[in-house]
Amino acid sequence: MDMKPKSNKRVNDVILQTAAVIIFFIIIVFSIHLFFSGHYSPGGGFIGGLMTAAALVLLLLAFDSKTLANVLPFDYRRMTALGALIAVLTAMHSIFFDLPFFTHAYDKFNLPLLGEETLHTAIAFDLGVYFVVIGVTMTIIQTIGESE
Amino acid sequence: MINLPVFPIVIPALAAIIMMFLPKNVRLQRGLALGSIFVTLLVSLFLVHTVSQEGILTLNLGNWPAPFSITLVSDMLSALLVTTSTLLTFFIIWFAVHYFSTAYEENYLYVAMMFLLVGVNGAFTTGDIFNLFVFFEVFLISSYVLIVLGGKGVQLRESIKYLLVNVLASALFVMAVAYLYGAVGTLSLADLAQKIPLVDNPNVISVIGVLFIIVFGLKGALVPLHYWLPGSYVVAPTPILALFGALLTKVGVYSILRTYTLLFDVNGTFLQTFLIVLAVLTIITGMVGAIAYNDVKLIIIYNIMIAVGVILYGIAINTQTSLEGALYYLIHDMMIKAVLFMLVGMMIGITRSGQLREMGGLITRFPLFGWTFFIAALSLAGIPPLSGFFGKLLIVQGGVGEGDLFGPILVLISSLFVLFSVIKIFLNGFWGEERRQYDGPLIPFTNRLLVPVCLLLAVAVAYGFGAELMHPYITQAIEPLTQPELYIDAVLKE
Repeated sequence: MDMKPKSNKRVNDVILQTAAVIIFFIIIVFSIHLFFSGHYSPGGGFIGGLMTAAALVLLLLAFDSKTLANVLPFDYRRMTALGALIAVLTAMHSIFFDLPFFTHAYDKFNLPLLGEETLHTAIAFDLGVYFVVIGVTMTIIQTIGESE
Repeated sequence: MINLPVFPIVIPALAAIIMMFLPKNVRLQRGLALGSIFVTLLVSLFLVHTVSQEGILTLNLGNWPAPFSITLVSDMLSALLVTTSTLLTFFIIWFAVHYFSTAYEENYLYVAMMFLLVGVNGAFTTGDIFNLFVFFEVFLISSYVLIVLGGKGVQLRESIKYLLVNVLASALFVMAVAYLYGAVGTLSLADLAQKIPLVDNPNVISVIGVLFIIVFGLKGALVPLHYWLPGSYVVAPTPILALFGALLTKVGVYSILRTYTLLFDVNGTFLQTFLIVLAVLTIITGMVGAIAYNDVKLIIIYNIMIAVGVILYGIAINTQTSLEGALYYLIHDMMIKAVLFMLVGMMIGITRSGQLREMGGLITRFPLFGWTFFIAALSLAGIPPLSGFFGKLLIVQGGVGEGDLFGPILVLISSLFVLFSVIKIFLNGFWGEERRQYDGPLIPFTNRLLVPVCLLLAVAVAYGFGAELMHPYITQAIEPLTQPELYIDAVLKE
């Protein structure tokens, strides 16, 4: 008895969906590359986060918000809070060593596979920024997108 | 404890972030907000004490050397204003706990209020003009959240205006900062103060100076840049309005005070005349508005403009006496405006109307409420031992000392208008007979709401009676403004 007409308006987006799944991973990998390159060359938490969010928005466009919520069940508001918390705590850690707020610490480490690399606390701050940017962007897009 | 200046900024920020994890747990939000602000208040009082003992405190963020890092500078001026704004936010949040419904509180209300405090405290503390812009954005974004929260039709309409005006002002701010950087090549306030006199073309600096007046004038609601203020403030719920009215315009005024004493040589230039004209126009417009309206919120909102004008006049005269008066009056006005906005909001909450002709007789049913308002009203108008008096006295003295008579007389006349406008509220709202049965939603909460208001008013009254005790602090706060070398040396030591 279900006489609902099949939605003819729905465009055929097989190509978009197939391409999106592949492109999604390329964008994510590139955003992670941007994130880590941030310390010495252009990049960093903000731009990396924005690009990751762009990848998520691509999925959102190709599929729909339910699919995205199933695949990546994050609460983006919490993610924003988590990112801000990481960033502020990283900036605060120097207070406990009686150094000025925001002072960063770094040292050289011999890492497996990567060889000698310097590790900075700035990367933790950047990680915080990364989460905040993803969280805020996705919250905005979901809030606007859901109220049809 | 070299990090002392950063604590009034970081503590509320950290608390707000923790609160973001649990937006639905309203009890935790209230407790955490009040608790963390109380801790911030203690820290900022300790900051005032430390600054009075040890002089100006500076903190170079990230441990980079001074003109290249963002420097936080806690001189007495900034420490006093940080303490005042933290104190106000504490009582306003206390008021808000009883005022708002739980459903309202769940929408990140306290988070936004805390971030507003972060921005305001940051703007008072920073010693870097770009960082000042950043903290302006922090409290502006929080204020956008607070002004739309509730989502009534009028609120949305007015918040669009508010948003557009402030986005425009922010854009101009960045441009002005960019011009300044282009002309001088640094953004640290102390370094700017040192290098601006060396710029070849002083006209460039004057143009930048006027641009900064426009930016800060838009925030501080100077005539002719005030048009957004009455409309957008009147739609905000009472605690939000109290927060905005007490803090936001005052940050604009503080920025003018800081930049004009430190960066731009005001005395005898056309900038001084320009500032005095703006101050006079602002006072006059405020006076007209304050007596013209019958809406209680609007009357107090126009009183903001009078106060801004009076403080700006003190700043423009730019002598030790007038600046002391301006600061004295600034702190007084922040406290008393918060008290009055909360009281007026309670009147509306009890009578369900903002119009004076629909009120009356409140004092017979709520005597404590009525007399609280009466004391606050006298204090606002500057009746002697109350807190408004000394600031105005010093401003008038400063003006007369510089040979200006028009300004001081206008300041005195404006007091009469202020007194008239608030006594009008008292006579029509509290005196007389009840015109009808009041059934407003706030009636059962009146006593609970009065507690924070009375405590804040008590602080304000004590501030007036303790004027003599406050005086050394005020003098110390003004010293770096009249002798910029003190500020410059403190930041660029070594």
